[in-house]
Amino acid sequence: MSRLLPFFAFVLLAALLGFGIWWNSSHDPTAVPSPLINKPAPSFALPMLDQPTHSVSKESMLGKPYLVNVFASWCFACGEEHPVLMAESKSLGIPVIGYDYKDDPNDAKAWLAQHGNPYDTVITDESGHTAIDFGVYGAPETFLIDGKGVIRYKRIGPLTPDVITQQLKPAIAALEKEAP
Amino acid sequence: MTPELGQLALILALMLALAQSILPLVGAWRGNRALMAVARPAATGQAVFVALAFVILVWAFLHFDFSVQYVADNSNLQLPWYYRIAAVWGAHEGSMLLWVLILNVWTVALALLSRQLPEVFLSRVLSVLGIISVGFLCFILFTSNPFGRLLPMPPDGADLNPVLQDPGMTFHPPVLYMGYVGFSVAFAFSIAALLGGSMEQAWVRWARPWTNAAWGFLSCGIVAGSWWAYAELGWGGWWFWDPVENASFMPWLVGVALIHAQAVTEKRGSLRAWTILLSLFAFSLSLLGTFLVRSGILTSVHAFASDPRRGTFILCFLAVVVGGSLLLYALRAPKVAGGKAFALISRESAILIGNLMFTVAAAMVLLGTLFPLLGDALNMGKISVGPPYFGLLFPLLMSPVVLLLPFGPYLRWGNSDVPVLKQVLVRAGIAAAACAVLAAFFVQGQLKAIAGVATAVWVGVGVVLYVIKRWREMPPGRRYPAEMAGMLLAHVGVAIFLIGVLLSESLSVTRDVRMAPGQVAVVGGYEFRFDGVTQTVGPNWHAEQGVVTVTRNGAAVAVMHPQKRTYAHEQVQTESSVDPGITRDLYVALGEPMDPSHIEGAWALRLYTKPFIRWIWGGGLFMMLGGFVSAADRRFRVKREADAPQTIATPVQESQA
Amino acid sequence: MSKALRAWLLLMLIAFTAVVSAQAIDPLPFRDHAEELRFQHLTSELRCLVCQDENLADSNADFARDLRHKVFELMQQGKSDAQIKQYLVDRYSDFVLYDPPLNIRTWLLWFGPLLILIAGGFTVGYTIRKRSRAGTPAAPTDNGDDW
Repeated sequence: MSRLLPFFAFVLLAALLGFGIWWNSSHDPTAVPSPLINKPAPSFALPMLDQPTHSVSKESMLGKPYLVNVFASWCFACGEEHPVLMAESKSLGIPVIGYDYKDDPNDAKAWLAQHGNPYDTVITDESGHTAIDFGVYGAPETFLIDGKGVIRYKRIGPLTPDVITQQLKPAIAALEKEAP
Repeated sequence: MTPELGQLALILALMLALAQSILPLVGAWRGNRALMAVARPAATGQAVFVALAFVILVWAFLHFDFSVQYVADNSNLQLPWYYRIAAVWGAHEGSMLLWVLILNVWTVALALLSRQLPEVFLSRVLSVLGIISVGFLCFILFTSNPFGRLLPMPPDGADLNPVLQDPGMTFHPPVLYMGYVGFSVAFAFSIAALLGGSMEQAWVRWARPWTNAAWGFLSCGIVAGSWWAYAELGWGGWWFWDPVENASFMPWLVGVALIHAQAVTEKRGSLRAWTILLSLFAFSLSLLGTFLVRSGILTSVHAFASDPRRGTFILCFLAVVVGGSLLLYALRAPKVAGGKAFALISRESAILIGNLMFTVAAAMVLLGTLFPLLGDALNMGKISVGPPYFGLLFPLLMSPVVLLLPFGPYLRWGNSDVPVLKQVLVRAGIAAAACAVLAAFFVQGQLKAIAGVATAVWVGVGVVLYVIKRWREMPPGRRYPAEMAGMLLAHVGVAIFLIGVLLSESLSVTRDVRMAPGQVAVVGGYEFRFDGVTQTVGPNWHAEQGVVTVTRNGAAVAVMHPQKRTYAHEQVQTESSVDPGITRDLYVALGEPMDPSHIEGAWALRLYTKPFIRWIWGGGLFMMLGGFVSAADRRFRVKREADAPQTIATPVQESQA
Repeated sequence: MSKALRAWLLLMLIAFTAVVSAQAIDPLPFRDHAEELRFQHLTSELRCLVCQDENLADSNADFARDLRHKVFELMQQGKSDAQIKQYLVDRYSDFVLYDPPLNIRTWLLWFGPLLILIAGGFTVGYTIRKRSRAGTPAAPTDNGDDW
C-alpha cells in the first residue's frame, strides 16, 4: 500500500495541473478579483472632462444604480471595448460614467471625438489616486454601483457582448428587482 | 525547401525513436538478441536526424530565412550572428528541439560508453530513453513545429527579446537542459531495473556517474541562470523564487538526495527502493518543470507564451511517463529491505536524515509553487506565494543539513566511533565561534552576516580537517579518490555559497538616487560620481550611456558605463554595469532622466554595493565541479566480474515474474 | 477563452514588454537611511498587479510607481508596515502580499511542509531503528577506503 503512495500523490498533482489548464482556458489568469465587491464604493469627487470646474462625487450619484467604466486614450484594449460600449451603453438602462484613468484630458477629448462618446458623463482622474481606492490596476475595468453606493459587480478587462448579456445585464436586472 | 527537410528529419527521427523504444523492449522480453541489437543503431540514427534538424534551424537563422515563422518571430537583420544562434533556443519551439537534441546526446553517449553493461539491461535503458524521445518529438511535430512557414516572407523579422540578448542566454539553456535531461538516464536505469527485477543493486553503480554528471550540469545551468538574472534583469537580485526558477530547483534538490542515496545503495545495498523512487522523482520534476514553463498555468517572468494544447499534451505525456513509472514502482519495487545493517550513528543514518531534509525542501518548493493554483481550485481566491515564504522555510529545512555536514566524511558505513565525531564538533565549533566573534567587529552586529561566517567556517573547517586527516593517514595516490574529491569539492562549495548568500544579503546597500553631472553619492563606503550621459550605438541598438566614476577614500576604483538601450521595435532594456570583485561587486543601473528633454541634466540611478555576492556562484561552481569530478571516478568505469552472472540470468527471471 | 479576451491579453503583453525590462529607479525624498531600508523591504514584499511577477520595488510599470508613491505617502503619514499592507489588501486583496498571511486558507501552505517532515521523520526513524536491530552492524573498519 505504501508503495502506491507516490502514485496517488502524482494523481492528485496531475488532477491539479489538469484543473490549471482548464481554469486558464476559461479565466484570465492575471485577473485579480476585487475585495470591494459588495462593499461600499470609496468616496470620490472627480472633475468632469468637459467642465473641469464641476465635479461628480459618490454622494451626488446616490439614489440609483450606475456603471463606472475605466478607460484611457493610451489603452489598447479600450479601443477593442469601445465599439461594444457604443452599441450597448444606451440599452443598459442605467447611467454609464466614463472614468478617464491617468490620461491627459486633451488626449481623452480627442479620443472620444474620434471614436464616439458612449458615456453619459466622463470624469477624469489624471493622477490615478482615486483609482487606487477603487482597486483599479489597469484599463479597461468596469464597476456596477447600486443606489446605496455599494459596488455590486466588477469586470476586469474589456466588456464584450457576451459579458454584457451573460453577466452585466443580469446583475443590473437583479438590482432593479431589489429596489423597484 | 530546406526547412521542410528539417521537418522531414524530425519525422524520420520519430520513426527511429519508435523503433528504439519498442523493438529492444520486446527483444529484452523475448530474449531476442536481434531485436535488442536495434537499440544502438536506432539511437544513433535518431540523433543524426535530430542534429540535422537542429543544424537546419541554425542555418535558417544564420541566413535570415524569414519565411520560417519561428525565425521571423525571433530574429531580424540587425541581430548579430551569435545572438541569432542563441535565438534558436530563445523561444518555445526551438528550445524544445534543443531539449530533444540534448536527450539524444545523452542517449548516444550512453550507448557508446556502456558497452560493458549487460545487453538486456542496456536495451531496456535505451528503450526507455526512446519512449521519452517519442513523446517530445511528437510534441514538437504536433504542437510546436519550429519549421512552420510564414508566407509571404516578410522583409525583416521581429526581434529576439532584448532580455535574452546576453552572453548568459547563449549558455544558460543548453547547460540547464543538459542537467534536466541528464536525469533521464538515472530514470531509465531505474525503470530498466524495475522491469528486470533482479538487479536491485548493480544498476546503481552504473547509474551513479551519469547522475553526478547530470547534477553537475544542472548546478551549472542554475548558476548561469542566476548570474544572468543578476546581470541582465538589472534588479541586482540573484534568486527570485519565481515558479520557473523553482522548476529547475526542485530536480536539483532531489538530485542532491539521489546522489547520496545512490552511494548508500551502491556501497551497502540499503535504501534500494528509495533510490529508485528518487530517480523517478528527479526526472519527473524535470518534466514537471518543462510543463510549468510551457503550459502557462503559472505566471512567471520567464514563461514561454502559453497554449492550452501544449499544456494538455505535456500533461498527458507526464501522466504516461510519470504515472506509468510510479505504478511500475508500486508493482515491482524491491519488497524486502536489503543491504547491510547500520546503527544510529552511521553514515547511512546521516544520509537518510539529509535525504529527508532535501526531499521535504523539494516538496515545500513544489507546494509553494503550486499553491496559488490550489487556491483557484478550492475557490480560496488569488494567493501569492513569494520570497518571504520560501526564504523563511528553506533555511529552516536546510539548517540540520548544514549542522550535520562536517561530520559526513568522518561517519563510517554501518557503525561509527563517537570520539572522532566529538573531536570534529569541538574543533569546527571553536573555529566557527572564533570567526563569528571576529566577524562581529566587521559587520556592525548584523546577525545574518555573523551566522554566514559561522556556518561557512563550520562547514569549511570540517572539510579541511578531513582533507588533512586523509593526507596524514593515507599513502600518496590513495588519498583522494575522484569520488571523494568530488564530494569534498561540493561540500566546500556549500561553505562558499553560505558566505555569499548570508553576507551579500545582510551587507548589501541599495540606493536610488537622483544625480546631476558631477554629483557624488556615497554607498557602502564607495563614492560614486556621476559624469553625465552620452549617446552610443551597438550592432542592433542605440543607447544612452552613463559614466560613473567610483572612488574609495579618494583612490580610483572603477569607471562604470551603465546603459539604457533601445532595440529595434523600441524595446527598452537597461544594461547595468557591474564592477566585479572577490569581496564585493559594485553595480550601477541607469534609470530615467529627471527631465526627458534634457538628457545632459540629472538622471535617476540605482547604486549598489554587494559584498561577497560572487561567492554565491562560486559555491555553485564548486558544487558543479564536485559532480563532474566524482562522476569521473575510475571505479565506475571498471566492470566488476561479480556483476556478470547476476545480470545474465535476468531474461529468465522476468518471464517468470 | 473568448477571442476578445485573448486579444486583450496579447495586447497587454505587447504593452508591457516595452516597460517590463526597464528599471524601477525611483529616487524618493527619504528622511534617513533607516526609512529607505524600511521602504525597500516593504515594497519588495508587495506584488505588482500589472507585471505580476515583479514586486513593487522592481517593477517599472506605471501602476507600480503609483503604488510605490502611495506606500511612501502612507509611511510619511506615520502608518506602520501592517497598516500599509492592510491598506493595499483592502483594495487589491491578499494577492498583493508575497508573504501570505497565516489563516484558514493558507494553513496547508504554512504547515504542509511540517506535516511532510513529521511523516518523513517517523519513516526515517523507523527505518534506522529496524536496520540497527536487523543484525550487528559491521564494526568500523580502518582500511581507509571504506569512507
